[in-house]
Amino acid sequence: MNIQEFYNYFQISLGVADVVKEGVFLGFILVTLGGALMATCSTRTIRAIFGLVVCFVGIAGIYYFLNSPFVSLMQLMIYVGAVAITIAFAIMLAEPDENKRAAKTPPLAGPFAVLLGASVTWALAAASLGAKWMAPAIVVNEGTVTQVGEALLTKYSMAFELVSIVLLLAILGSLVVARSGRDKEC
Amino acid sequence: MDINLVYMVLFLAGIIGFAALNAAYLVWVERKGAARIQRRTGPSEVGFAGLLQPLADGAKLMSKQILFPDGIDKPLFMLAPMFAMIPAVMILVTIPFGPVGFGPFADFMLVAREMNIGLLMIFAFASVNVMALLLGGWSSKNKYAVISAARAVSQDIAYEIPMILIAITIVMTTGSMHLSTIVESQAGGFWNWNWLPLQGNLFGPVTFIIFFICSLAETNRAPFDLGEAESELIAGFHTEYSSMGFGLFFMGEYANIVIGAALTTILFLGGWLSPLPASIPFIGAPSVVWFLLKMYLLIWTVVLIRWTYPRVTLWSLLNLAWKIMIPFALVNLLGSAALIKILPMLGL
Repeated sequence: MNIQEFYNYFQISLGVADVVKEGVFLGFILVTLGGALMATCSTRTIRAIFGLVVCFVGIAGIYYFLNSPFVSLMQLMIYVGAVAITIAFAIMLAEPDENKRAAKTPPLAGPFAVLLGASVTWALAAASLGAKWMAPAIVVNEGTVTQVGEALLTKYSMAFELVSIVLLLAILGSLVVARSGRDKEC
Repeated sequence: MDINLVYMVLFLAGIIGFAALNAAYLVWVERKGAARIQRRTGPSEVGFAGLLQPLADGAKLMSKQILFPDGIDKPLFMLAPMFAMIPAVMILVTIPFGPVGFGPFADFMLVAREMNIGLLMIFAFASVNVMALLLGGWSSKNKYAVISAARAVSQDIAYEIPMILIAITIVMTTGSMHLSTIVESQAGGFWNWNWLPLQGNLFGPVTFIIFFICSLAETNRAPFDLGEAESELIAGFHTEYSSMGFGLFFMGEYANIVIGAALTTILFLGGWLSPLPASIPFIGAPSVVWFLLKMYLLIWTVVLIRWTYPRVTLWSLLNLAWKIMIPFALVNLLGSAALIKILPMLGL
């Protein structure tokens, strides 16, 4: 038998493929939720950041399932590769010792937090239950790089330019701040 | 829906095996190369010319106890080595090694899952890799490890920028992020490869050199191995690791070297294409052999550079990135973009 027949022999049926797909999708949702829980519940800052990273990875996986691999990879590259690492770096430089517990919380903090959490949950639940959801979109477009690029430079060119200016200002500002604390030698 | 379970499992096992085998035998190559340069013989006791030494080392690493020093952050300490290995395997999934090139498998592509945006996928997962050094360094509760992690992160962030700028010029000239398309666009002999200026992009050689230097820095290799600088930081971020925890970091490092060399081969050296035109029978045919030849030649260069150049200081390393590499890469990007517009106007 030739090599193609060999592969076709092991081609798994569509039913099994769907089960695998659903399983992986659920897995990504669990990863996202688990990461979010870890980020909010842990007392050590570095673990919270790790939770954030796990959460970002899960979200990237969900994007992949929503048929936009480009957004998914950008999520990984920007949020995990840049944002999370910058936060972790800042914490490493600022807080070398984390053994001491946080300062004593004021007595009303607990009940107040519960109240706040409950009201936010209620508001979100009311909003999501009351909303008229649209029918799930099948495929709006293919989400390819070409389409994203064309949309950015035609339909959304104004927003694109504005974002570029904001980023440029941020870079210049950070350069000014960094420069003021240095002497000329290095 | 094209899911072939056996195909996927075979390829994943193949990739992990490839990474492990490369890690083991590149260590041997590295030790032999270092020995040649330092006028020693290197490993020679176990097997012929020490060829069984990596296996003995592997068995030794696996049979050792994993030590957990006091005061470490245990879950993160255990997760960090996995973070060193997982991105490397994910990247190897997208790298096309080319058609086998002979026998009944002639047209059979050696790639587990090639993506339309493969180049982006490689950079996305490569940026996750820094997380392993950071977590490993931080969680081991060792001052040397923390210093090393801080260095490695500032280095990786700095060199990621010129590397991606260079990759963008390649994407602009070939018009694709699909790795196979990038390779196929260099077809027709070695004078069409991207590192030579004849392909329409006059900045070819500069691009190639910047990319290669950046890939050295990104993989934390000498002369840019400030992350593990033995003479000052013991072993850097993996100082506290023993047994296979250390082994995974090591495998991750060598897998990254393989990835760097493979990516340079694909982007600049024509991937699996033969240096001669395809019209010449047998030797002109594209084959995985060409890919491996070019890749291992680059890896050998990396080994030679490690043992012949002194380590740079942190300041000169960062200055090289921010003051030389990034401006050059930016000029290169603008120049290539201009050339793409100008050359068709001149009718070239």
